[in-house]
Amino acid sequence: MNRAIDLIFHNTTRFFAISVLIVLVALFAVLFNEAKPAMDAFGLDFVVNSKWAPNMEIFGGFPAIYGSIVSTLIAMLIATPIAIGIAIFLSELAPPWLAVPVGMAIELLAAIPSIIYGMWGLFYLAPILRDIWGGNGLGLMTAGIVLSIMILPFMAAITRDAMKTTPDILKESAYGMGATRWEVLKDVVIPYVKSGIIGSIILALGRAVGETMAVTFVMGNAHKVPDSIFKPATSIPVTLANEFTEADTDLYYSSLFYLALILLLISFTVIATAKFWFLRNLRERRI
Amino acid sequence: MTRQNRRILVNKVVMALSTAAAVAGLIFLFWIIGVLFYKGFGALNLDIFTYDMAPPGREPSGLRNALVGQLLLVLGASFIGVPVGILAGTYLSEYGGKKSRLARLIRDISDIMMSTPSIVIGAFVYAVLVEPFGHFSGWAGIAALAVIMVPIVLRTTDDMLQLVPGSLREAAAALGAPKYKVILQVVFRGAKAGILTGVLLSVARVAGETAPLLFTSFSNNFFSTDLDRPIASLTVTMFNYATSPYEEWIDRGWAAALILALFVLGANIAGRMIVRRKR
Amino acid sequence: MATICEVAQNHIIEVKGFSFYYAGVDSPNLKNINMPIGEGAVTALIGPSGCGKTTLLRCFNRMHDLYPGNRYRGEIVFEGRNILTKKEDLIKLRTRIGMIFQKPTPFPMSIYDNVAYGLRLQGIKSRSELDGRVEQALKDAALWKEVGDRLKESGTALSGGQQQRLCIARAIAVEPDVLLFDEPTSALDPISTQAIEELIIKLKERVTIVIVTHNMQQAARVSDYTAFMYLGDLIEMGVTEELFITPKEEMTEQYITGKFG
Repeated sequence: MNRAIDLIFHNTTRFFAISVLIVLVALFAVLFNEAKPAMDAFGLDFVVNSKWAPNMEIFGGFPAIYGSIVSTLIAMLIATPIAIGIAIFLSELAPPWLAVPVGMAIELLAAIPSIIYGMWGLFYLAPILRDIWGGNGLGLMTAGIVLSIMILPFMAAITRDAMKTTPDILKESAYGMGATRWEVLKDVVIPYVKSGIIGSIILALGRAVGETMAVTFVMGNAHKVPDSIFKPATSIPVTLANEFTEADTDLYYSSLFYLALILLLISFTVIATAKFWFLRNLRERRI
Repeated sequence: MTRQNRRILVNKVVMALSTAAAVAGLIFLFWIIGVLFYKGFGALNLDIFTYDMAPPGREPSGLRNALVGQLLLVLGASFIGVPVGILAGTYLSEYGGKKSRLARLIRDISDIMMSTPSIVIGAFVYAVLVEPFGHFSGWAGIAALAVIMVPIVLRTTDDMLQLVPGSLREAAAALGAPKYKVILQVVFRGAKAGILTGVLLSVARVAGETAPLLFTSFSNNFFSTDLDRPIASLTVTMFNYATSPYEEWIDRGWAAALILALFVLGANIAGRMIVRRKR
Repeated sequence: MATICEVAQNHIIEVKGFSFYYAGVDSPNLKNINMPIGEGAVTALIGPSGCGKTTLLRCFNRMHDLYPGNRYRGEIVFEGRNILTKKEDLIKLRTRIGMIFQKPTPFPMSIYDNVAYGLRLQGIKSRSELDGRVEQALKDAALWKEVGDRLKESGTALSGGQQQRLCIARAIAVEPDVLLFDEPTSALDPISTQAIEELIIKLKERVTIVIVTHNMQQAARVSDYTAFMYLGDLIEMGVTEELFITPKEEMTEQYITGKFG
């Protein structure tokens, strides 16, 4: 009797564990299958073609891919130094009475739904930027700034956690030789946690590249490669969010799935790189 | 300048820069929170909870149907995602262990799934549950949120169960408990607080998701609890209202944002407090 | 071949030509062990770290089966049957042969539920029977006086020594025939250790005890028979006083006089 229940319990749990694998395989298979007509029609040229003309049944993914990559790069350029600064501040500089509540606040900010960052970008940041550089204030730069602020708490929190893994005894022996804080940081902490920090940054990049709601409002939604990062553009998630329910032909619909598949491949590669290259030994758990 | 003084100066400059970065980052973050609370509380009123959405200009109107829809979607996703995640995590920790290749593969896959763009999961569920049936539905929204939820619950369960000392499992087995009873009655009890925290954080996470609902549960201007039809949600309503030209809709979008943020923050704080009290 | 004394009592357990292999290891961790365990006696297993004493103890209730790949060779006969066969019901076996671990292992539940756990596993549901047997077990474990008025409190809130006595109460509540003690006092202070030792001496009136200890004085104080093991071999088993005063094997003498280990 007990043996039978044990067997049933074991296999039930295994079934659900394996269901995760099944969902992943299904995810790739379904996207591939749905994207097939567009792949047959446009082949790999889809990736470099910048013409997106639904009424003429011509679809090129380049503007969206370009927008995704450029807005993510802008976000990373802004967020990385600030996040590292915050991490240094929290782990090395701030006294505990300050570091604990600020650290908590940052972790909580990482949980704020991204659509709220998007709304702030649309109603508060865009008008300011419009006054600064004209146009309508929407575009890759605006999206990059909003994205950078959205990933900042996440990135700062995991970078700080990575820094905290340095054994105290290592830092103490450097201080014991008369090193300044910066020297301890530069010569002991950063070399020790280097791969953890790089992994954290890449993980944040993986989040930024697939982010939809923080950028949809502020991208400007123009299906072309802009001649300036201050002008309206688009990205893969933004295209999907805006056009998925409008797709009226099979090829249009399939092209959107082609974009989704490309996005999945990009984020999968980025995250897998972060996880397996850099974070192997760092038990990081963040949701 | 002596070498000593230069070192101290460099130190001060770097420390000042990192403090400045921290201050700048925090100013932006608190600016956003400030806006959220200012606009949100400004637009919050009782009508929001008691009346359904209405076209601009027609009063009274509120967000009742979106709140109920959101609740149904999150509850539905939890009913699927929590048990599946906990059972799968149990397999990884109790039957797979650290060495099993299958368990390690599933762990890695879950880590990746946790960061997979949620809009891609929305597209996937659209192809599987919306297109074949020819209409958007609450069930599709629930499925999309559950797919996002499972890896989170799975990984926290796995981690929390592994924190339970092996000696406790042996002690229960030594009393003649079959393995499923060891797990259900002793190991789970030891990891209860941690698992509950993981569940709370995962609920908070999916409650804030908009992208996977855009083309699964879609939206609905009317009150509905029929999960076989499109159903309103707070997040999709925020998206629709914020992009609308109507002042009152935009304000109501902020009210929705505040309600959502308070729920998400509340769940996060509760989750952290449970873990802290335990320690 | 090991020197093994006469065991006057009925042999409740008889180890015959027994070897044990850990998963993935080709050489045996225990080599061709033969030893009797006397019913109602206390048998102590001593030896330096890594000698296999705990490994052997965990064979008696087949604890090694919790981890895949471990293998047994030979026989361990308990109540006239070899318990190493595939068809052995481990759940039943473990209710007959209980175990106390190195560190106290109270379950994360109340004191009462801890002691009642094994009883409930056996399907006892009657509240009055549970109450009676929990009380009796706690009294037998010399814990009733300290916790009798707070049975609803968590078992994990007790002190280390109390936790260990709680675990003993939990084990004896199901009235096993044999109790295995795996260095039960190694995590405890001297006063708690004394309480546990007194308990062991009291318990042997009703249950056979096998105890692993790294503390030779402890073996001398509580046991009737002592077995000395070294690197997976049983070197010598004797009546406790004789083994400590006039060991027959040179290796035993070296060990008990502190020349190695």
